[in-house]
Amino acid sequence: MSDDRLDGLSVRDVRVSFDGFTAVDGVSLEVPAGDIRFLIGPNGAGKTTLVDAITGLVRATGSVCFGDQELLGRPVHRISRLGIGRTFQTSTIFEELSVVQNLDIAAGARRSWATLARRRRGIPDEVAAALETVGLTGRADQLAGTLAHGQKQWLEIGMLLVQDARLLLLDEPVAGMSHEERDATGALLETVSRDRTVVVIEHDMDFLRRFARSVTVLHAGKVLSEGTVAQVQADPRVQEVYLGHPVDAGPVPSGLEA
Amino acid sequence: MTVLFGQLFTGISIGAVLLLIALGLALTFGQMNVINMAHGEFIMAGAYTTYVLQQSITGAGLSLLVALPVAFVVAGTMGVLLEILLIRRLYARPLDTLLVTWGVSLMLQQLARDVFGSPNVQTRAPELLTGNVAVPGGLTVANNRLFILALALAAVAALTLALRFTPLGRRIRAVVQNRDLAAVSGVPTARVDRTTFFLGSGLAGLAGVALTLLGPIGPTMGTNLIIDAFLVVVVGGIGQLKGSVIVAFALGVLQATGEYLTTLSVAKVIVFVAIVAFLQWRPQGLFTLRTRSLA
Amino acid sequence: MTAVTPAPPSTAGAPAPADIAPGSRSGGRSRLRAAAGFAFGAALLFAVAPLALSDFRLALLAKYLCVAMVAVGIGIAWGRGGMLTLGQGVFFGLGGYAMAMHLKLADAGPGGMPDFMQLYGQLDELPVWWRPFASPWFALPATVLLPMAVAFGLGSLVFRRRVRGAYFAILSQALAAAMVILLIGQQGTTGGTNGLTDIQGFFGYDLDDPVNQRMVYFIIAGVLLALLALARQLIHSRYGELLVAVRDSEERVRFLGYDPASVKLVAYVVAAGMAGLAGALFVPAVGIISPALIGIVPSIEFVIGVAVGGRATLLGPVLGAVAVAWARTALSERFPGTWTYLQGLLFVVVVAFLPGGLASLWALARRRDAGPEQSRRGWPAPARRRASRAEAHR
Ligand SMILES: Nc1ncnc2c1ncn2[C@@H]1O[C@H](COP(=O)(O)OP(=O)(O)OP(=O)(O)O)[C@@H](O)[C@H]1O
Ligand SMILES: [Mg+2]
Repeated sequence: MSDDRLDGLSVRDVRVSFDGFTAVDGVSLEVPAGDIRFLIGPNGAGKTTLVDAITGLVRATGSVCFGDQELLGRPVHRISRLGIGRTFQTSTIFEELSVVQNLDIAAGARRSWATLARRRRGIPDEVAAALETVGLTGRADQLAGTLAHGQKQWLEIGMLLVQDARLLLLDEPVAGMSHEERDATGALLETVSRDRTVVVIEHDMDFLRRFARSVTVLHAGKVLSEGTVAQVQADPRVQEVYLGHPVDAGPVPSGLEA
Repeated sequence: MTVLFGQLFTGISIGAVLLLIALGLALTFGQMNVINMAHGEFIMAGAYTTYVLQQSITGAGLSLLVALPVAFVVAGTMGVLLEILLIRRLYARPLDTLLVTWGVSLMLQQLARDVFGSPNVQTRAPELLTGNVAVPGGLTVANNRLFILALALAAVAALTLALRFTPLGRRIRAVVQNRDLAAVSGVPTARVDRTTFFLGSGLAGLAGVALTLLGPIGPTMGTNLIIDAFLVVVVGGIGQLKGSVIVAFALGVLQATGEYLTTLSVAKVIVFVAIVAFLQWRPQGLFTLRTRSLA
Repeated sequence: MTAVTPAPPSTAGAPAPADIAPGSRSGGRSRLRAAAGFAFGAALLFAVAPLALSDFRLALLAKYLCVAMVAVGIGIAWGRGGMLTLGQGVFFGLGGYAMAMHLKLADAGPGGMPDFMQLYGQLDELPVWWRPFASPWFALPATVLLPMAVAFGLGSLVFRRRVRGAYFAILSQALAAAMVILLIGQQGTTGGTNGLTDIQGFFGYDLDDPVNQRMVYFIIAGVLLALLALARQLIHSRYGELLVAVRDSEERVRFLGYDPASVKLVAYVVAAGMAGLAGALFVPAVGIISPALIGIVPSIEFVIGVAVGGRATLLGPVLGAVAVAWARTALSERFPGTWTYLQGLLFVVVVAFLPGGLASLWALARRRDAGPEQSRRGWPAPARRRASRAEAHR
């Protein structure tokens, strides 16, 4: 298995439409291996839909390659097995199961039926490592539904780690988090991006300035601008989209936070 | 050729019955996502209403005419009661709704047994509906079948117009498409639910009246109807009427053809297999109201 | 393993050995309790019941235990996997008919034909599809494999296309309806409404002899215990955890790289096999299998016992099924109408107001001592999860 390879994501001319409405309209972007790419844009820009297309949830045209593998046209679980993991805007952990059980299930997609038929004994190494990384070791046996909001988000990221995802697609991971939790999440992103490629959808500009390595701005289903944080902030088209009129260069105001 | 035409008409008249029994479900299940297994007993209630009315109104034609609105109200009221007492508490749990309403249907069947007795009873059909008319091609068509077809089409037309053009219809559609948004926009969703349920259950009552023309009525008549009715709505798709209409007639024709080529029992199995095959192609049914779900 | 997964202060779940979150308690203790539970159950079934009950009552109990086997399967498919299957009668019937066909042929002797065939069918020769059932080597495996194959066929078609929730429930019910109509329609070869009746012998043993009836009872009790052990292993395995995950969020599991369709398929096929086995053993215990025993109504009655006992637990479905079947016999003998009302009411009250079944009352009582902190445990998910209405359907 090629698990330790570091791959980039390349999206070419992807289009998604719903009953005549084009939500993603010919998006192309390259995310180099090991990048932390932030995907921003106003509400309804098509960010989530783009991730849906990459992960096989909606049908799309164009081409999406991770490494040398074409993703479009494969069923969801096959795409996942190629090492692509995602989170959702709302948390989707298994609330009825404990933290360990959540992680153990995430770790198990490649297990044989014979392994599945047996009981889990103790905590598998990769699960223990993920618990450590996301800081939930002390809560291993807690029912996931009883975790705090931020911890649920971390658990989701932990599930991607044990899943052996080499491309992480995170949909608004810090929404609703406190300041400390955001910092911790940012540090977590930096850790995991050492041997993975990360794409983050975010509205929080403060978070973006601190942790983004590169940024793509989507607007009305198209790529509006792309580059480093500074380049994107200086782009007059971005300012126009966010503020309705171009302004002089300078930090993007906090009104950006949708 | 005549054979083909004859099968087609048999199919259409089976379809009309299917449509009539499924139309109410297309509202309660299709629009509100409530699985009401007692729907069959509302049909039964409509049938027994006809029977009771015939005890006092001797003219079979008149009693049938009176029975239509009365059965509508009787079944509709039963529906509203059910909605208020039970279903409302279970909106987030569709499978549990199914089981609970099955329990209700058991009790209603027993009630019918206690009131009207276990054996089937027969109503008198009006003179006008007992004969046949000749149609081009040398075939005859039973009048009662024609009446049911007309009733089914009239009900579909009335429902379509009501949904499209009345304020109530607009509210129902608003609630179907986005319940939360409708609620914050000032639509009284609970009242809309109740009204929808009244209409859907009332339509079951109408179907019950129509079924008295086709054969005897009894306490368990609903059980046999309910599955066919649900299948029509499942295959037709949720949230729209036209799917159910098309599917009712399609299944009717399939059933008639299958029956002609094989036997009744094999035809039923053919229909089931066809439905499973169809769901391979369109698991969401013929037409769907697209909403964004997941996660 | 106790070092890394310390047991929480209380296990406050559903009754042991069927707690909801199996991973979170120390394995040794739970296995000990399970073993004690099984020993207790075995003593009850093998020693107490045969001594305490008359032949007539024991035969009734044998019948109830068959229903309980179906319930164990429904508990897995529905309670754990979220698949409300309203058509278990089909699998029960396939198992039952397969067994009854063999026994009928054995009764008729080599080259003979079952009595009803000449009567209704005016057949002078055994239909082709009856012939293999003359051999026990075909018929016995068929009682289990046939239902499993049908479940596999239907399941792989519908689960892969993500037909679920109410849609699946209705389809499974339609299957039961179609099967009954088919059986009744083919009277000449299936016995029609009467079914296959008047079964005399069971592999050479005369079923009229009470001693042999007892033997049948013991077989049934043993099989039920074995099925319970199998169900327990399944529930506590990794697969069991995965199944609950699929029940609660099928899409999420898919994004983890699993194919939820095959996860559900396994549970559905296992449940079908259990129902088939139950049907096969029902035939020697009762001496008949007929459409009235496997149609829509009996199929949904299988579910009620599970709901009453507690759908997500191991023992709940068994106890619920036996209790409901017993109450039915006791009441419908004396007040037939009353039982129907009661049955309806039971459905309404339990499902609407006590979705965890009686097991959740038990859990509630134990939770009293455990303190409020864990009070959420022990309820099956559907009771609490407020899914959006659109989503909850498929
Ligand atoms: N299944 C669907 N059917 C119809 N329209 C859809 C569907 N999914 C998304 N859309 C539409 O596509 C557009 C893009 O939606 P998307 O969720 O991708 O935006 P987004 O950038 O993620 O916004 P947000 O920041 O609010 O999450 C929206 O106008 C949305 O209404
Ligand atoms: Mg989004």
